[in-house]
Amino acid sequence: MMMRKRFLFAVLAIGAMQPLPAFAVRPDEMLQDPALEARARALSGELRCMVCQNESIDESDAPLAHDLRVLVREHLQAGESEAAIRQYLVARYGDFILLKPPFKAETFLLWLTPLLVLVLGGIGIALAAKRRSQAQAVPALNAEEQARLADLLKK
Amino acid sequence: MIVETGHYALVLALALALVNAVIPIWGARRHDPQLMAVAPSVAVMTFVLIAYAFFALTYAHVVSDFSVANVVENSHSAKPLIYKISGVWGNHEGSMLLWVLILAIFGAAVALFSRNMPDELRANVLAMQSWIGAAFLLFILLTSNPFARLAQPPAEGQDLNPLLQDPGLAIHPPLLYLGYVGLSITFSFAAAALISGRIDAAWARYVRPWTLIAWIFLTLGIAMGSYWAYYTLGWGGFWFWDPVENASLMPWLAATALLHCAAVMEKREALRVWTIFLAILAFSLSLIGTFLVRSGVLTSVHAFASDPQRGVFILVILTGFIGGSLALFAFRAGELKQGGIFAPVSREGALVLNNLLLTAACATVFVGTLYPLALEALTGEKISVGAPFFNATFVPLFLPLFFAMPIGQMLAWKRGDLLGAAQRLMVALGCGVVAALIFAAWHGAPWASYCLAGLSVYVIVGSFTDLAGRVFADNASHAWHRATGLPRSAWGTAFAHAGLAVTLLGLAATGWGVDRVLTVRAGETIALGPYEVSVLGLVPEQGPNYSALSAPSIIRKGGVAVAKIVPESRFYPSRRMSRAEAGIATLGFGQVYMSIGGASPDGAIDARLYWKPLVSLIWLGALIMGFGGLLSLSDRRLRIGVARRARVAPVPPGAQPAE
Repeated sequence: MMMRKRFLFAVLAIGAMQPLPAFAVRPDEMLQDPALEARARALSGELRCMVCQNESIDESDAPLAHDLRVLVREHLQAGESEAAIRQYLVARYGDFILLKPPFKAETFLLWLTPLLVLVLGGIGIALAAKRRSQAQAVPALNAEEQARLADLLKK
Repeated sequence: MIVETGHYALVLALALALVNAVIPIWGARRHDPQLMAVAPSVAVMTFVLIAYAFFALTYAHVVSDFSVANVVENSHSAKPLIYKISGVWGNHEGSMLLWVLILAIFGAAVALFSRNMPDELRANVLAMQSWIGAAFLLFILLTSNPFARLAQPPAEGQDLNPLLQDPGLAIHPPLLYLGYVGLSITFSFAAAALISGRIDAAWARYVRPWTLIAWIFLTLGIAMGSYWAYYTLGWGGFWFWDPVENASLMPWLAATALLHCAAVMEKREALRVWTIFLAILAFSLSLIGTFLVRSGVLTSVHAFASDPQRGVFILVILTGFIGGSLALFAFRAGELKQGGIFAPVSREGALVLNNLLLTAACATVFVGTLYPLALEALTGEKISVGAPFFNATFVPLFLPLFFAMPIGQMLAWKRGDLLGAAQRLMVALGCGVVAALIFAAWHGAPWASYCLAGLSVYVIVGSFTDLAGRVFADNASHAWHRATGLPRSAWGTAFAHAGLAVTLLGLAATGWGVDRVLTVRAGETIALGPYEVSVLGLVPEQGPNYSALSAPSIIRKGGVAVAKIVPESRFYPSRRMSRAEAGIATLGFGQVYMSIGGASPDGAIDARLYWKPLVSLIWLGALIMGFGGLLSLSDRRLRIGVARRARVAPVPPGAQPAE
């Protein structure tokens, strides 16, 4: 279901309306072996339904998602690893299919943003704190001022 | 006729907003009280006019006036009355009208409830508010007129999208907009302060209630939307890291950071520049959210380019306000004096850490949402940024925040005692560890889940540790007296922190839930965690504007019936759409959730069944957070307009316990 999540916030009530088949993963697609099926579900959750808005193939009702779910299960049954299946799908569909983008030249900024903000923010805070304490530090009294202070205290 | 007068009222409102955008600022510059006095009454008049326009559109929807294009596109004569009303804001034009209505409500509220504020500040704030109002009124009138008539009215409307025909829609967008748009007041305060160049603790006190109000609504609005998605979409998900959701999460993160750093400014006059910057940022993110949602840019960069009128208009508004305010900020920030100094380990230090982490989290959501759009626009390469990305980046930023929350509450202003705080939190930490062990022994869930559960129990207990220590200091018989004597804002903090942790507990518990996807037949019984679910039969039903297939089912525990649920699969002929209406039974804090698909010819149906332990805590936590906000809002010292009185009669230092 391509536009399904668009409706979450009502605000996007415009746009392509499509009939809504009700389901994502269907019982007839599922594997007998529970361990293998659990792996299939986990992997499906990381793969994007290419015709949907930000939905994984595990959540989507689109026919393409159905085909991909079956494909993933076939490959798992053939004994392939998750990494191999991911690689196979990326070769066919490109990085677009991965909901967690790979770390590479085009995406390093995306992945490093949290770290960059933390580090730069931390440096900024440290500098600001240093400047603040310097600006407000009380300079020591010079000889003349000390003499005046002593004078005042005597009175 | 009423429709036309509504349209006319909007045009008048635009004219008044333009008047109010200029005259009060001019008056403030010339220190002319008469010119400044224009602002409040015009703000109230603008509100009255927009409210009338909103009423006119609502009237057209209620009486099913199919000569109005907006009604035709979104209504149906057979639609229940509540959805005829909520359908007013269930579409682009109507929701923009709601947007300006709420903007005008806030403007009028400032005009009416801030009589104690200095005249110049109030005049500048209302003027800024009017600039925003004028921009969006112009947007509505030029690109999204909800009052457009059709030359040849059809006999029947196209109905509202079935997913939106739900009580959740009646509440969710107004709540969310109250939060989004409420931040405009904070923005206007920041801009007004920059224009006049005066920012002090009193300013922070004037702004605080408005930020709190916006934050409360934003919190409740996001939670409501999440719960709505949970029960409407039919497969039990409640947060998808969807760009539309992110658009509401970003202002929430910024507003949360703002609340915390404004506390520092209010108490210690420190972090002024940063407070102003966050105030600008929070509303800017609201505007960006509006742009993302309204322009169609999310559907595809190309869809945006093919029909850019609305998107470009909002983009111009966006750049105008964000660019203008940031320019003003850059121009004035140097003149703002820095406030008091503090040691790294102190309440201020903890709040700075809070701001650092929240800002990083906000930046992560921002980049994660916009990066794919930017990359595609620049290089044509398409990537996806979905839930797995945010789980890997956002979650690690939030966990230290949870850990630090109770510690921050324990630290004193200026210079805190970390070791002492840690010692006083030993009980909370112990509770957390014990809880984690109990959950682990009970469910054998993935270790991450019960570690998170333990963390949330630690935060819940830790949030109240400091207050409990003060309430039960010596004589327990005076406990109630002491509890009510403590500042409400301290209780507010404790409840808000605990609420967030309650939400985390609900999230953690998803780890030991049960999820079954299978084909069921009438009479069949399915084991589901601690329960058995028996499907009684498949019953066709007829609703007012839909037909449905329902599967009434009984939930039993150890053979004893505990609840009945009726999941439905509905079909709305006017839109040719079907929708699953989940059957949900709340048992304790957990829920049994069942949704069904279409029936196959042999009488079997596809069904999804979930046992979701503690899941309701996710949303109850948000309610607790909102309650904390309300408590804080009701604090005597901080009510709207109190700041000036507080300044005239300062409370002697040390008389108020730090909170």
